[in-house]
Amino acid sequence: MVKGILVFLIEVAFCLYMIMSGFHSLAQLPSLGTEAQGKVWNEAKQIYEYSTGDNSQQILLAGVVTCFAIAAIAVLWVLQMRQSFSLQKRIELMSLPCLGILVFNVVPLVYMISMAFTTYSKEGEHLILFDWDGIHQFQRVLNMNGNIGRQFWHVLGWTITWAIFATFLNYILGMVLAMVINRKDTKGKAFWRFCFVLSIAVPQFVTLMIMNIMLQPSGAVNVLLQNLGLISEPIPFWTNAMIARITIIGINLWVGIPYTMLQVTGILQNIPSELYEAARMDGAGPMRIFFKITLPYMLFVTAPYLISSFVGNINNFNVIYLLSGGGPTRVGDTAGQTDLLVTWLYKLTIDQQYYNLGAVIGIMTFVILTVVTLVTYRNSSSYKNEEAFM
Amino acid sequence: MDNQMAKNKLSPRRRVINLLVHALLAVLALIWVLPIVWIVLTSFRAEPGAYTKTFLPQGYTLNNYVKLLTDRNVLNFPRMFKNTLIISIFSCTISTFFVLSVAYSLSRMRFAFRKPYMNLAMILGLFPGFMTMVAQYFILKAMGLTEGAGIRIGLIVVYSACTGLGFQISKGFFDTIPKSIDEAAIMDGATQWQVFTRITLPLSKPIVIYTVMTAFMAPWVDFIFAKVLCRANASQFTVAIGLWNMLQKEYIYQWYTCFAAGAVLISIPIAALFLYMQKFYVEGMSGAVKG
Repeated sequence: MVKGILVFLIEVAFCLYMIMSGFHSLAQLPSLGTEAQGKVWNEAKQIYEYSTGDNSQQILLAGVVTCFAIAAIAVLWVLQMRQSFSLQKRIELMSLPCLGILVFNVVPLVYMISMAFTTYSKEGEHLILFDWDGIHQFQRVLNMNGNIGRQFWHVLGWTITWAIFATFLNYILGMVLAMVINRKDTKGKAFWRFCFVLSIAVPQFVTLMIMNIMLQPSGAVNVLLQNLGLISEPIPFWTNAMIARITIIGINLWVGIPYTMLQVTGILQNIPSELYEAARMDGAGPMRIFFKITLPYMLFVTAPYLISSFVGNINNFNVIYLLSGGGPTRVGDTAGQTDLLVTWLYKLTIDQQYYNLGAVIGIMTFVILTVVTLVTYRNSSSYKNEEAFM
Repeated sequence: MDNQMAKNKLSPRRRVINLLVHALLAVLALIWVLPIVWIVLTSFRAEPGAYTKTFLPQGYTLNNYVKLLTDRNVLNFPRMFKNTLIISIFSCTISTFFVLSVAYSLSRMRFAFRKPYMNLAMILGLFPGFMTMVAQYFILKAMGLTEGAGIRIGLIVVYSACTGLGFQISKGFFDTIPKSIDEAAIMDGATQWQVFTRITLPLSKPIVIYTVMTAFMAPWVDFIFAKVLCRANASQFTVAIGLWNMLQKEYIYQWYTCFAAGAVLISIPIAALFLYMQKFYVEGMSGAVKG
């Protein structure tokens, strides 16, 4: 009964919305508004009077929202037709979270994706009134000879390099550290573990800001090295592209190794000891045992963790933004030498207001992540079938 | 005794390796601990200004903490703390409810929308967060939540609205609770809601606490959403933006040591929560009903 009234109210609200503004916003969607902001000289008052023109960004948003409202009502009707109230009843717990995701994740995403196909950008002053633009921006980004295209491929190259280094170095070194601490002969295991875990407990953005100030030209590290007489000139940690890249990967190791250590310690202890004994009988050295037994076993068990940390690293905004800020930047570029796709996306949208280009970069990031995830999933499952470890 | 002797005699090579391993660990531990020690010492540094000529402070004082907690004119740290606390309490309540109800529904019920939802959650997770951020800003602006006190509500909404996508850990936990318990309760006339609140939740204490704490910590450690939403509205700043601001050109000379003090003050409760949470995370991983 309550449900019936609720559904009725929603439908009434929908009809009202459509009549009041819905049809209008749908009608405007193909053109995204036509009337530019006007400026008329008012003789009597001796001033320019501005007429409010069409705001394409609002029109686009209203259009997207209306499309979703129509789709939602359609789903509601289909559900009612089917009389599947039992089905609705069982998932009502999920209705609010789903609404949240719809309004603050799916709608924004569709809205941003649609922006990629418009001229919404500060370039050419299309910030208020803009138009559909087809795939022109995609062509710009992918074209290696253009300025934007050249930057895109550079940033993409560094993003992938970074993600590979950050993921695998963290993974392997964290594992080695865990193994070294867990060795039978290592004394004071709890103490060593505490030293490393301490760094996890500090919030990551605080750590990154601390590292940033410590590595400034007159920061603590340069001061320490100079006072010790190891260097005479400060090391340009953030202003030399190559050093900045290495520093970022190094600091990421500092942040990431203890995490990996915590996560793999338990799994490492689960490796059947017969495997090790057999290998030792056959005369394998520690390196060989690591690469032939430990690593394959760990890869086998932790493949999903590796994939998600790879995705996390490609989207790792904080590390770059708080450490180098993407710099150093070449004159005339919008992307710095250490910018990842995400930080470049941030710069393009928030700093430069090239909304369409930013949206294209976001879509490209998604495409790359999808490909990586699918390929690795495929491989890891075929790997699983080929060689069952247990 | 003989055995012991033999062991000791046998291992000169091994002893060298052990020594090297311990030396290596000591160096590494120093690298990991040094920045933390440095920031704690700097927070007590007496010399003013930003960068100094020495690695360790020359004199110590408590003034940095006093200034951080009492100076309300330039960068109002107590107000930032209050803002963040309010935001995190609300967003924590909402997102805990969202996460747990989604996880429960996905774990316990079978409906047509279930598989698509889980796939969708995975796909949405692959989009960079910033892509939605700009559009979220426009949506909040259309709702009038980007000015004055509205920013606070806007931030709460941003932090909690999409948390229904992060159900994986809790769902994994709920999956370990035997379904027969639910069925028995339903036989006795319990509703789905009663099963959820009276049976599943009490059995899932570790994962509930884990969810609450992760949700509570999010506004304290997020920096970028808050920055985009607050822009220059200093009255709405959260702790993270405040700390970041202290290192910007216009403030760094006056606020450098206060930044260190703020970093220490924020890290202590978060570190405590983290260590406490770790315990529940481990317990949560080992399943709900033992034996």
